[in-house]
Formats: sequence, structure tokens, C-alpha cells
Amino acid sequence: MSADFVISALVTIVGVSTPILLAATGELVVEKAGVLNLGVEGMMLIGAVTAFAVTLSTFNPWLGVACAAAAGLGSSLLFGLLVLWLGSNQVATGLALAIFGIGLSSLVGTSYVGMIIPRFTSIFPDALARDPFWRVVFGYSPLVYFALATIFGVGWLLKRTRPGLVLRAVGENDLSAHSIGYPVLPIRLAAVAFGGAMSGIAGSYFSMVITPLWAEQMTAGRGWIALALVVFGGWRAARLLSGAYFFGILMTLELYAKASGFSLLPSQFWAAMPYLAAVAVLAVISSREGRGGEAPACLGRPFLPNG
Amino acid sequence: MNHRITRRRLMQGAGASLALSALGGRAFADEPLKVGYIYLGPVGDFGWTWAHDKGRKEMVAALGGKVVADYVENVKEDASALPVLRDLAQQGHRLIFTTSYGYMEQSVQLATEFPNVIVEHCTGYKRAKNLGTYNSRFHEGRAVLGTIAGMMSKSGTIGYLGSYKVPEVVLGVNAFTLAAQAKNPNIKVKLVMIDSWFDPAKESAAAETLANLGCDVITTHTDSPAPLQLCEQKGIFGFGQGADMSRFAPHAHLTAIEDIWGPYYTARAKAVLDGSWKPDDTWWGFKDGTVKISPYNPRMPKEVQAEADKIQAGWKSGSYDVFAGPIVDQAGKQRVAKGEKMKDADLAVIDWYVKGVQS
Amino acid sequence: MRIRFEKRPEPSRTMQLLTPIASVLLTMLLGIAIFDLLDFDGPRAVKEIFLTPILASYKWQDVAAKAAPLILIALGLSLANQAKVWNIGAEGQYITGALAGAAVAFATSGASGSWVVVLMLLAGVAGGAAWAAIPALLKVRFKVNEVLSTLMLVYVALQLLSYLITGPWKDPNGHNFPQTAPFTAAQQLPRLLPGTPIPPGLAIAIVLTLVFWGVAKKSIYGFEVRAIGAAPDAARYGGFDLARTTWSTLLISGGMAGLAGILEAASQLGQINLGFPSGYGFTAIIVSFLGRLHPVGVFVAGIVLAVTYVGGQVAQTVVHVPNATGGIFQALMLFLILASDILVRYRIRFARGGGADPEAVR
Repeated sequence: MSADFVISALVTIVGVSTPILLAATGELVVEKAGVLNLGVEGMMLIGAVTAFAVTLSTFNPWLGVACAAAAGLGSSLLFGLLVLWLGSNQVATGLALAIFGIGLSSLVGTSYVGMIIPRFTSIFPDALARDPFWRVVFGYSPLVYFALATIFGVGWLLKRTRPGLVLRAVGENDLSAHSIGYPVLPIRLAAVAFGGAMSGIAGSYFSMVITPLWAEQMTAGRGWIALALVVFGGWRAARLLSGAYFFGILMTLELYAKASGFSLLPSQFWAAMPYLAAVAVLAVISSREGRGGEAPACLGRPFLPNG
Repeated sequence: MNHRITRRRLMQGAGASLALSALGGRAFADEPLKVGYIYLGPVGDFGWTWAHDKGRKEMVAALGGKVVADYVENVKEDASALPVLRDLAQQGHRLIFTTSYGYMEQSVQLATEFPNVIVEHCTGYKRAKNLGTYNSRFHEGRAVLGTIAGMMSKSGTIGYLGSYKVPEVVLGVNAFTLAAQAKNPNIKVKLVMIDSWFDPAKESAAAETLANLGCDVITTHTDSPAPLQLCEQKGIFGFGQGADMSRFAPHAHLTAIEDIWGPYYTARAKAVLDGSWKPDDTWWGFKDGTVKISPYNPRMPKEVQAEADKIQAGWKSGSYDVFAGPIVDQAGKQRVAKGEKMKDADLAVIDWYVKGVQS
Repeated sequence: MRIRFEKRPEPSRTMQLLTPIASVLLTMLLGIAIFDLLDFDGPRAVKEIFLTPILASYKWQDVAAKAAPLILIALGLSLANQAKVWNIGAEGQYITGALAGAAVAFATSGASGSWVVVLMLLAGVAGGAAWAAIPALLKVRFKVNEVLSTLMLVYVALQLLSYLITGPWKDPNGHNFPQTAPFTAAQQLPRLLPGTPIPPGLAIAIVLTLVFWGVAKKSIYGFEVRAIGAAPDAARYGGFDLARTTWSTLLISGGMAGLAGILEAASQLGQINLGFPSGYGFTAIIVSFLGRLHPVGVFVAGIVLAVTYVGGQVAQTVVHVPNATGGIFQALMLFLILASDILVRYRIRFARGGGADPEAVR
């Protein structure tokens, strides 16, 4: 196992983990505020096609990412409006958003099939980005660093700042938060919007970094893995971060095992691991403290100030 | 435009053609033959489906007003393909091509339900009175790619990205490996199956894994240009699949196997038009023009180009067969003796890899 | 001037009936607009998607074939949803049901007689129910949120399917392609029930719709389920067992999904391949909401959604819209029905001046 082998593997793992980290970070904030948005996969695809289309016409990848964030945010507002102000069922609305996003992105993307854009690679100088050793630090697309900065930022925000405390309060006990005077619904909407933007950016990673092209449903279910990741991380930022790389290692391990001729376990076992792991973690943390563990107490439930 | 049909005209046409077909014979001398296609992916995929659609267009161009062709894309390989096929049949399409393995049962059922419709199933093996199968000898192209890879690989390790362990893919892997070994007896071929025909992110990650493990030439049997894009990024070489994909990777793209379906579709439509169609199991290759190698990348050295040309010429003239013995499988057992060649029937069901493939 | 939502003394029946219909109509209008925006023939496309499958008799069988699994799954989901048990893993239970039925088929290969198919169907129910038992156990024992557990298990079921058909259950005569061996004639259902123009799947759906309706209207169990959903604490004081309801609704909805799965496998292609998971488990959620969780409503909603599926395919051939549009329409219908839900429970009042709490929407 040479140094180069290890470095190459690390680079691949980071690449695989980043999109789910981005989406899961967004969904973490949403769920911490007490809302369950299952539409991540749809929002990611909307982000992916938007990023591609904008980058293709403007040759500006930054604009592409920004527009992807805006598109994801916009679609999440549709969800937020229905769920927060019209009180519609969060599970069903989230699923509708997912289905809608898949369909809309396919429809919009039909004219972009077969086109290419330049890959959104590292902004560091080639000497560092392509250096056999230093590429493990400097060789990534800006989205990778953004993802890391964001999860650290979110973790710090949630744990150590007043807005984070308010957000958590809204998610743990919305009635108390309301009686203290916090605007529960606007806070939740802001969280939902953040989640939408992050999902959009996660989607842009697919069409701009992994494979600079557009293909229907190109996120191939990573949105659902992101949901599993939030659960797996026990709704904690630090665990979510390590979970993201853990999932990335699992996914990469499967490929390495295949390429090296080892198949200890069927590949489907590895592919199912993230979901099985999430269920296992759920079982462990939900039963702790008898009350539901670390899931935000109001997760998925509508805000009913008048009972 | 050919494929815009009005519903009313269809229903009238369907009624009329069904009545006429009851009479049988060459009653279609005046009315153009309606040909239908169902595709697995979108026509813009620049790969498998795009090539079929190109063939459809060539057929229409070759036969002028005698044929009218329509297609339905993104047809899933499950029960929902049946209503689509029935629609096409009821709309008066008398020749229908189903362009993917997963349409096999549906093609069989369609042929049973509509005995006057001729169905041709690509890469399948079930036939009936009005159901034929057709395939292309992609492995002939793989031999060309293998020759190039064998000569151009400096690390002695080349990569093959596959989808499923089905005969078509296994054939490709073996042809690629045998041809590469002919140029470099010590060459190693690393194989990864990603259990999907199309998943760009996974294809890219798998290609990256192969590159990390030392492959400096990678070929793929999956449908997106993602692996090529990865090769371009890593500065290694790759090949296009199904179509010339050089625009996706101008430095990495050495050449590609192109699927040329035009001649076959034209021939079959003609056969239906003049009443000579018979169910067949067609397996054309270089000789008949269904396999083509796209222009070489100028970065390819002249000797390599010359060797690749030689292989192509050999297939065309019949003097070359990559599956000529002795061939040994991964376990060391001899499968083909010296002086023998593998028969088509064995090639069609092959499920073992040759020695040198690391899978 | 402010818009105020005033809670109705009891849910409006007119609205309950009107809103699904209005949602469908509004979706059609929105659809025309979306298609026109993207340069397709809007009115034509919408006509093909919504009207042609109803008007063209040769399409009815396709509609029936698509509606049956949707109705079956949605019947089970509606029951669970009434108890506020959210089973969104029906797609996974659909798959395991089909696999269980296939297991029986392979175990009895060569046998003939109608008991084979019946056994397969029962196995399908059992397989789906077993898969739903996992989240049920997790919820009752470990307080795990069933939304997450049922959803995660869908993807595990998909991998299980992939493993079985590329490995132990791969068709030995299938040239190594990822598919099971085909079912024998004894293991398949006829296209139509002998002597009738009705496909067996739809017949079963009709019967079960009536059964569920009867249970909902007349039985204590139906009442119990609704009571627990509406007011869990009061229901508990009344002696109803929440854990039992969780178990029963999850098992029933899982069983229904499993039944739909094996029916589909046994009647359509007689074989299971990678294309088998068609997303019915997720679409059925839309069906159950569109049908307002009422068995008869679900039946009608299932037909409506089947119409959009079939119509979507027709539109593909005729107007050349991409088949992704089917999903868009279904999602739009769901959005609209969810949004209009508020009209059922609240009356809109226009009041002059301020004062009303903008957050008190419920």
C-alpha cells in the first residue's frame, strides 16, 4: 500500500462523500427545526439541472452553483408554504416534492442531454492541486471546502450561538418557543429554505464536478442516502460529518474490492449498508431516554399553537 | 416530420392497415411501411440509444417515401413496455424494433398478440414466426481497442468497466484482453462491474478506482461518457462507447466503437417491403458494417494506428479472429485448443473470463 | 383586509369531495401551461394524458392493469394513515412480497393446479407483512419513527432483489442476465378472469375495496383506527391499544403491498427482473391522499392515477413529451390535494382590519 495509493483512495472517498454531506447538512438544519423534508432527491436534481444549464450558457460555474442553490431554495419554499402555513402532511408533501423534482428536472433537462461543460475543479494553482501529495488537501473542487466549512459552521451555530439555540428550541418544543415569543413558522421556513439551498448545491456537485454532463436522475438515490445520514448522525453535526465519510468509505470500498478481485460479500450488501446502519442507529438512539432519543421532539409534527 | 402523427389519422390508418393485412400479401405497395422503435434511454444519450436512432434516420433516408419511422424513448424494461408496444402495433406499425435485452418477454408477447406485426429484438435469443433477433459483433471492435490498449499502456495494467456479467459484456472483456495480450503478453486487465448500464457518478467513481489501482487505459461497457471524463481529468487514456465521444475528452479519447445500425435496419425494412422477411438471428460485424471504429486521436502513434487498422482489415476479410485458440480461462483450464476457433453458439452464452482478467 | 381561517365545527363533506376533483382539474390546466411553456402542444398533451385512456376502450385494460396494484397498496396505506401510522416503505414491501411469492413458485416448480397461485399470493401477503413487521417492532419496542425506518428498508429491499436475481435466483437459462427464471403456466395468472373482461388483479382490488369499506364503516376495528389517529390520548383512555394498532396497520398495509407485488409479478411478465420495482409503493401514497383515505375514494383515485400513467405513455408516442411528465402531473395533483386540504377543515373568512394571529392557521 503505497502513499500514492492511500492518497488516491482518500481523494476518491472525499469526492464520493461530499454531495451527501452537502445535502445532509441542509436537512440537518431543517430537521433540527422540527420539519421533515423528504424531498431532498427532487431538490438535488433540480439543482443539478439548473447548475448545468446556467454554467452551459454563462460559462460561469460560480453562477451555476448559485443558481442551483436558488432553484433548490425555491422548490423548498413550495414545500414550506404547504407544510407550515397550510398545515399539510409533511411526509406526503415531501414525497410529492421528490417526485416533482425528479420529473421537472427530467423535463427541463431534455435539451441538455449530450452536452458538456468544463469540470468545476480546484481553484488552487496546479502546483498544489496536482501535486502527488498535496492534492489530497488542495486538489478538490471549491464545493468540497464549502461543504466542510458549512458543516462546521452549522455545528458551531447549533451548539454555541443563540440563533442555534432558538432553532433547536423550535424543534424540541415549539409551543414553549412560541410562548416565549419566538416566531416559530418563519424560523422553520428559514430552516427549510437553507435545506433547499444546500440540496441544490449538492445536486450541482453531480453535474459540475463528478460528471460534467446532464443525465436524468443522475443523483441515483443519493438524496435518500443523505436522509439516512442525518439519522445515522443522530442529528448531530460532528457525527454527521464522520458519517458522511464513513458512507463514502463504504461506497468506495465496494469498488476497490471489486477491482481487486475480492468479493467477500456481495456488492449489494455494501450498497445496503448505509440504510441498514441508519436503521440500527435509529433503534439504539430512539430507545435511549425512553422519549425518542436525539431526534428533535417535534420532528414531522405540525405546529398547533391553539391545540 | 416523420414521427408526428395525428391521432385521428392513426386510428384510420390502423383500421385500414389491419383490414388490409388480413388480405395479406403486397397490399402495401402504395402506403409507406410504418416502422416503430422503442428505446431504453433518451435519443440524446450519445451512446446506445443515440446510435439506434441514428440507424433509424439512415434507414429513412435510404428508403425515402417507402418508410415512415416513429420511436418512443425512455421505455422501461418492465411490464409498462407492453402498452407502448401495443400502441405502436395498433397505430399500424408493421415492423417494430425493440432495442434492449430487457424487452425480451414483452417482444415475445407482442409477437403473439399481433401475428401480422414483425418484431425484431436486439441482443435477445427468443424467436418466433414473426419475431427475429439481431445483435452486433461488438467484440470485434473490442479486439481493436485491446490491441491499441496493449500497445499504449505503459503501466501494463488496463481497466475494463462493465455493467453486468452477461455474455455481451464477457465477450467484450475477453476480446479486449486477448487482443491486448497479443501485443503485451504480461498485460493485466482489471475488471469492475457496477451492476448498472447507466449511473454516471458510479461509473466515474469506478473509473477513478481503476485509475488509482494503476490502470492507464480504461475502456467501458457502460453508456455514459463519465468514465472518459475521468480519464481526461487523470491524464490517462480511454475509449468511447457506442459513439465517437471525443468531444467529452479530446486528449484521453483514443477512439471508439461505433454502433452502426443503419444498414441493418434498411435491409430489414426492405425485406418486409418486398415480402422476403424471415425470422433470423443476425449477428453482423465489421464485414457487414455494423461495427465501426471512429477516427483515431492524433496523439496515437502511427505504429499503433497501423496495427489497429490491420485488425480491422483482418475482421473484414475474415483472416482474423481474436477467439482463435489456444485460449485458457482464469482457472487455467484450456477452453479452446490451438488451431480451433470459438463457435458463434458458444460466444453467445459465454460466462467465463480468459486468463489475465482480474475480476 | 386579512384572510382568516376559521375552523369548521366539523370537516366539510362537500369540500372533501370537491377538492380532489378540483385538484385534478387544476392539474390539467397547469399541465397545459407547463407544456406550452416548454414548446410542446399543451392542450393536446393533456388530452392524451387524461382523456384518451378513458375514452379509448382498447386502453381500458392497460388502465386496469396499472390501477390494481395502486389501489391495493393504497387501501392498506389509507388504513395506516388514518391511525397516523406513516408507512412510506410500501415499495419495499411490494418487492419482498413478490420475492416471497417467487420463492414459493421456485419451490413448487413443476407442480400444477390452482393452489399454486393461491399459495404464491398468500406468500406475497406474508412477505410484505414480514417486511413491515420490522419497522413495527422498531416502533413499538424502540420508539423508532416509522417514517424513517420504513423508508430506509425500501433501499435494503432493492438491494435484496438485486442480490437474489443476480445470484441464487438467476435464471439458469437466461444467459446470465439479471432475472429470475420465468414462472410456469401454473404459476401465472390469466390476463383476464375466465369469462369476464376483468383482469384478476382488478377483480381482487374491487373485492378488497368493498372489504375495507365494510371494515371502516361497520367494524370496531375501523373505529379504533380512526380514533387512535384523531386523538391518541383519548383513545388510550378508552381502552384502545396503540401498540396493537401500530402492529396491525403496518402488517396489513405491508401485506397489501406484498399482494400487489406478487400479483404484478405473476400476471404481467411472469418473471422478475431489475425493472420490477415500478414505484407503485410511492405512487400509492399519492393515491391514498387523493382518495382522502376512504376506500372508495382510493379506488377512484387509483383509476385516476393509472389513467395518467397510461396517458403519459400515449402522449409520449403521439406528442413526444418525455415520460418524466407523468411524475410531474402526479406530484402536482398531490400538491394541490394537500394544499386544498385546509379548505376541508377551515372556512376562509375575509376580515377587515388586523387582529387575527397570522400564525393560527389551525
